[in-house]
Amino acid sequence: MSQTGNTQPLLRVENLRVEFPTRRGTLVAVDDISFHIDEGEVLGVVGESGAGKSLTGAAIIGLLDPPGRIADGQVIFNGKRIDNFSYEQMRRLRGDQIAMVFQDPLTSLNPLYTIGKQLTETIRTHVSVDERGARTRAIELLNEVGIPAAERRVGQFPHQFSGGMRQRVVIALALAANPRLIIADEPTTALDVSIQAQIISLLKRLCREHGTAVMLVTHDMGVIAETADRVAVMYAGRIVEVGPVQDVIKRAQHPYTHGLMGSIPVIRHDVERLIQIDGAMPRLTDIPSGCAFNPRCPRVFEYCRVERPELMDVGATRAACWLFDEAREQAGGAR
Amino acid sequence: MSANDALVSLSDLSKDFDVSPPFLNRLIERQDRLLLKAVDGVSIDIPRGRTFSLVGESGCGKSTVARLVVGLYTPTRGRILFDDIDMATLKTQAEIEPVRKRMQMIFQDPYASLNPRWRVSDIIAEPIRAHKLLSGRDTIARRVGELLVQVGLAAADGVKFPHEFSGGQRQRISIARALASQPEFLICDEPTSALDVSVQAQILNLMKGLQRQFGLTYLFISHDLAVVYHISDYVGVMYLGRVVEWSDKRALFQRPWHPYTRMLLDAIPDLEMTGRQRIPVAGEVPNPIHPPTGCHFHPRCPYANDRCRNEVPTLVHKESSEVACHAVLEDRLPEVTVSGEPANATAVC
Repeated sequence: MSQTGNTQPLLRVENLRVEFPTRRGTLVAVDDISFHIDEGEVLGVVGESGAGKSLTGAAIIGLLDPPGRIADGQVIFNGKRIDNFSYEQMRRLRGDQIAMVFQDPLTSLNPLYTIGKQLTETIRTHVSVDERGARTRAIELLNEVGIPAAERRVGQFPHQFSGGMRQRVVIALALAANPRLIIADEPTTALDVSIQAQIISLLKRLCREHGTAVMLVTHDMGVIAETADRVAVMYAGRIVEVGPVQDVIKRAQHPYTHGLMGSIPVIRHDVERLIQIDGAMPRLTDIPSGCAFNPRCPRVFEYCRVERPELMDVGATRAACWLFDEAREQAGGAR
Repeated sequence: MSANDALVSLSDLSKDFDVSPPFLNRLIERQDRLLLKAVDGVSIDIPRGRTFSLVGESGCGKSTVARLVVGLYTPTRGRILFDDIDMATLKTQAEIEPVRKRMQMIFQDPYASLNPRWRVSDIIAEPIRAHKLLSGRDTIARRVGELLVQVGLAAADGVKFPHEFSGGQRQRISIARALASQPEFLICDEPTSALDVSVQAQILNLMKGLQRQFGLTYLFISHDLAVVYHISDYVGVMYLGRVVEWSDKRALFQRPWHPYTRMLLDAIPDLEMTGRQRIPVAGEVPNPIHPPTGCHFHPRCPYANDRCRNEVPTLVHKESSEVACHAVLEDRLPEVTVSGEPANATAVC
């Protein structure tokens, strides 16, 4: 593995734009977003369905389903630009350097092959070992992700595993080649809470031990709160706020983040009514001009409808909202 | 809580599903019938005008309870009292109908529970027509408009089809349909699980508002403890077909007794607990076809002893809760702090 300078983030996404050309015009699913993930860091990406969070993950590792395509911007991994990689180059990068964990563990495993076969195949694709070595490594991996009786289980088929165990196998597959970045797309959504807790602590432990960076895509703020170091909040294909997880959750700046946090019921918090954001996220076909959140925003003013705000520093986080531009103007005076 | 202010009262309610192999296989392979005890002796009281929630992980039988109560399944054993009427004694259609229209159900999936070929106004008018509550096209149309406004939609939305609405709006339509027969009791089976959090907040606020307005009683089924805490007055925790603990929600969340309740409360990722080191409980829900003997939770329970392995615990009054746990009775459990942080209560993964 090549060593990069400390200042260089592991993954840098700059002005990424994902489009879907359709007969009726082009849909912009991810609109000009930029973020970075440092080595060993867990970046949470949250948002409601249709916010573009999964597409962002898919775009990074070149798994966009056609006709979806990266229309603009670049993805820089480990100092190298990867968004213009050929299919073959990308295939080699996937699994080796960047691995993916999907929501549904049953569909990410081949039902016709044993777990051991799938693991050894992945290991031998990326690491030069013989069959026996790969098998030993497979058992090691299964042990590492906490599957009991790994020697016996390695010969079993996916249907013989429960949901939680399957997700562990998928994580073992992702770890097979010691990747430097794991993109986990809703890894716990299909699981029950007690199993979810097991998987979260497993992911956290593995990151700590291997120094793997994780991009954790989920709609569950609780999971983010416990797992992520930083969090990016997405709305209608844009990042509206990004910052350290504590600050975003407790001192949300953007009105959308604020509303989102308030709409989550919390145990032992007695409120008669939850904060509610009226309306729904706009469809991709009619995203309003200016700030995409302006029709639902309680603090909207004229300028929000005219121009789209960029991310700007607000306290410990960065938020894309004109409210803070004004505040800064007043504080700073000249512009 | 005294039993007489309960609108719905379940006692020893059970439902077995026959999951045996076909007759010939049983004969040749000399197998016995195989029963899946989906619901096994559930006894709870749902007080009038309040919300009772059932929580538990998938496969614990909470949805089966909902379907039993509303009459979609016939119980194998036990009794359902609705407003002191024993549902099993109602035989003829004429006896059942007046009771049926007093309870309605809201389902989880707002995409599957509305007929895509019907206009919204017809969907909402169906219970009115079925129960012959109103007659005359104009009267019904006016009532449908009224219902749509009550759930936060516009009366003009009635002419649209379900596909023209978002998930949250469809769930509002489901609620409007449920309210159409002016029921007293609503059974809500995971009504917000398919929705995004901001939409979920809208629906929960709507449901609370309607409850205040009409004095509705809810049986609320969910796996999300935070949602349950927000909406409920009483909470029951289910595990493999049995209610292991039920209580007033504050008591349950502040002083959980049953080790499974404690485990569930500890397992939820919480906004307050950023960066917290959790100790997850080992193991998974066992196969309900061959449940463990004695207390179903004993293989995962850190306090299990021989009695737990052999003897089925029954619900016993403990402070303000009803708990089915031998360890609680024998005072073998460590105390839980009010913050809900069960000290060392969980086994290491």
